[in-house]
Amino acid sequence: MDLIERNALALWATLPSYLRSTFWILVVTVALILSVAFTTLWERKVIGWIQLRKGPNRVGSIFGLLPGIFQPFADVIKLLVKEVVVPTRANKVLFRIAPMVTLVPAFAIWAVMPLDPSLVIADVDAGLLYVLSLTSVGVYGVILAGWASNSKYAFLGSMRSAAQIVAYEIAMGFALVGVVMAAGTLNLGDIVRAQAGGVGHWFLIWLFPLFVVYLIAGVAETNRAPFDVAEGESEIVAGFHVEYSGIAFALFFLAEYANMILISALTAVFFLGGWLSPFEGLLAADNPLAKPGFHWLFVKLFFFLTCFMWYRATFPRYRYDQIMRLGWKVLIPVTLVWIAVEALMVHFGVGPWSTP
Amino acid sequence: MSSATEIRSFTMNFGPQHPAAHGVLRLVLELDGEVIQKADPHVGLLHRATEKLAESKIFNQSIGYMDRLDYVSMMCNEHAYVMAIERLLGIEVPLRAQYIRVMFDEITRILNHLMWLGAHSLDIGAMTMFLFAFREREDLMDCYEAVSGTRMHATYYRPGGVHRDLPREMPRYQASKWRSQKDADRLNEARAAGLLEFIEDFTRRFPKAVDEYETLLTDNRIWKQRTVNIGVVTPERAMQLGFTGPMLRGSGIAWDLRKKQPYDVYADLDFDIPIGVNGDCYDRYLVRIEELRQSNRIITQCVEWLKKNPGPVMVADAKVRTPRRENMKGDMESLIHHFKLMTEGYCVPEGETYAAVEAPKGEFGIYLISDGANKPYRLKCRAPGFAHLSAMEEMVRGHMLADVVAVIGTQDIVFGEIDR
Repeated sequence: MDLIERNALALWATLPSYLRSTFWILVVTVALILSVAFTTLWERKVIGWIQLRKGPNRVGSIFGLLPGIFQPFADVIKLLVKEVVVPTRANKVLFRIAPMVTLVPAFAIWAVMPLDPSLVIADVDAGLLYVLSLTSVGVYGVILAGWASNSKYAFLGSMRSAAQIVAYEIAMGFALVGVVMAAGTLNLGDIVRAQAGGVGHWFLIWLFPLFVVYLIAGVAETNRAPFDVAEGESEIVAGFHVEYSGIAFALFFLAEYANMILISALTAVFFLGGWLSPFEGLLAADNPLAKPGFHWLFVKLFFFLTCFMWYRATFPRYRYDQIMRLGWKVLIPVTLVWIAVEALMVHFGVGPWSTP
Repeated sequence: MSSATEIRSFTMNFGPQHPAAHGVLRLVLELDGEVIQKADPHVGLLHRATEKLAESKIFNQSIGYMDRLDYVSMMCNEHAYVMAIERLLGIEVPLRAQYIRVMFDEITRILNHLMWLGAHSLDIGAMTMFLFAFREREDLMDCYEAVSGTRMHATYYRPGGVHRDLPREMPRYQASKWRSQKDADRLNEARAAGLLEFIEDFTRRFPKAVDEYETLLTDNRIWKQRTVNIGVVTPERAMQLGFTGPMLRGSGIAWDLRKKQPYDVYADLDFDIPIGVNGDCYDRYLVRIEELRQSNRIITQCVEWLKKNPGPVMVADAKVRTPRRENMKGDMESLIHHFKLMTEGYCVPEGETYAAVEAPKGEFGIYLISDGANKPYRLKCRAPGFAHLSAMEEMVRGHMLADVVAVIGTQDIVFGEIDR
């Protein structure tokens, strides 16, 4: 058994590196699509429980357990067989490109995501810059969709989205400046490694205001409630994707949920030590609970993902100008102040990162 | 090319198919960016000619149409209609029937306000409220069903009283494939005895439920940002615009027909009229929340009285009330009487009257002219929502698009009564 395993590993090592990364890209992409599918189900279930309902429980079950487990597949099949209606006088090319422009960055960012101490598809040194640039590209899809639809509701939605993203990109960027200052690197894997040494070393504690800003900006960035003005159900019907149907709509949906998972994962990586164990330093080093691994990233990610749903079920929606006010007048000043405080902490050697 | 470019506002069609249109409201909005320059509400998409239909039917047959005017405050509409007929007929309603009516008026007020609370907060984005409100609404729907057999369009009030006395037994849940015996037993706990006990149990539970709604909204910063100083109406302007109900009281004018022109037994009951200060959406929200509590108080008093005082629930006058079923089976005269009342109806003396009740949305009035026949000569409904909708433009001008839905919500618009 041991021999076979070793041989298999040796064979794997002889494969050209592009084949190896292609394999991992496939694994990550398929896993991501599946998680998006089940995130929709989880959201409906969680919100259902909050709202005294049961949520979907009709489609499928595994030996009587987990009723409704196949709901996402039923949804996908329904959306796949529906007609994609392109409105008259819509810009047909842009109309079709827009969903893809939204979806591609949401998936591409996972290339630099450190999933495990050893597993990252592309170990890029400027990983954080890559993340920031791709999240900004995503909004072009929203703007294009609103513009190309030739609909007033969609147009308003994309205008709102554009203004909102500008405000929150800045706050998000500043929050990450703090992370970079603390970690001394732009490589996401090294950012996680900089937080090694137990919960006390996580940036969550030392950069708490930045963590809060990043989380709020993240919710706004993904256009989720209470910042969902770009699709504001009760105001502009469905906002930028009001004219989309069938699988074109599904792509927007997919992108939104992929972004939610992404923001949750990034929050875990930047502030909660990614794949590091929370019991590191508290338990003996050979205790399985103290070992780092993907499961810790998953637990943290899952927590934030569930928070996204909790916000959605609890909060009323902000008005568009109030979102702007929150972004420009509250979040950005907070980050600026805390970056200054952090600079002082680094200068005077307060905090875990001060001794290189 | 001339240097001066013409700037045209962005015209947008809001509704009639819109998630926040509350039915079939159509608003033509002129926007500057997102700021409303002009709002033009269009009415008539739900016109069913109720007033004209009433002219071709005997009096009792139009009671059911009244339910369908403001279809979330059904019995209050019936109340105004039967009161108008009673005034023309000059009959006195038995006290027990008056208490039953008042009790059901207040149940209707809670029904309406719960619907409003759910829809209003859903418009503003707090979707969980909708389902929370519907949990309590379901119990009250069961009360409707227990007395009338239907959950919404009850047709329970009659000129001269109410259709029948309160049932001494509530319908109960049964265990099934989908509902375990334990769940059924839990649901049946309050249904062990009659309707009055069920309502009493509800009044004990309800204040806690209102507290729960308030924890979600009242001090919520986003909720306050979305409602405070939105759609402000000054007291003077509110009176000039013909506002009634919570819309008027939200502006600080303590006008309530239950206090100012008491009908039925309201004069004997102990309750307060909440009023607002600033006349904005938030004050109207607070007023309605307090009305939920006050209605609960009135219901408690009615239940107490009704438990102690059995009696007739319909006038004795055989020219107005239908004979009892059991008499009809053996008594020829009763059968004839029943047939006459159901087909020809009764004749109402010549005259005209205006009867108004404090419906949950405001003053709902019926102006009735009779020429002495068995059908109304003319019927006119005074719907509170119509006056409120007319003020839409004034309330939203200068606000943003998102505030339009907040104002629609705060006006508690139902198109059944506006379009009639």
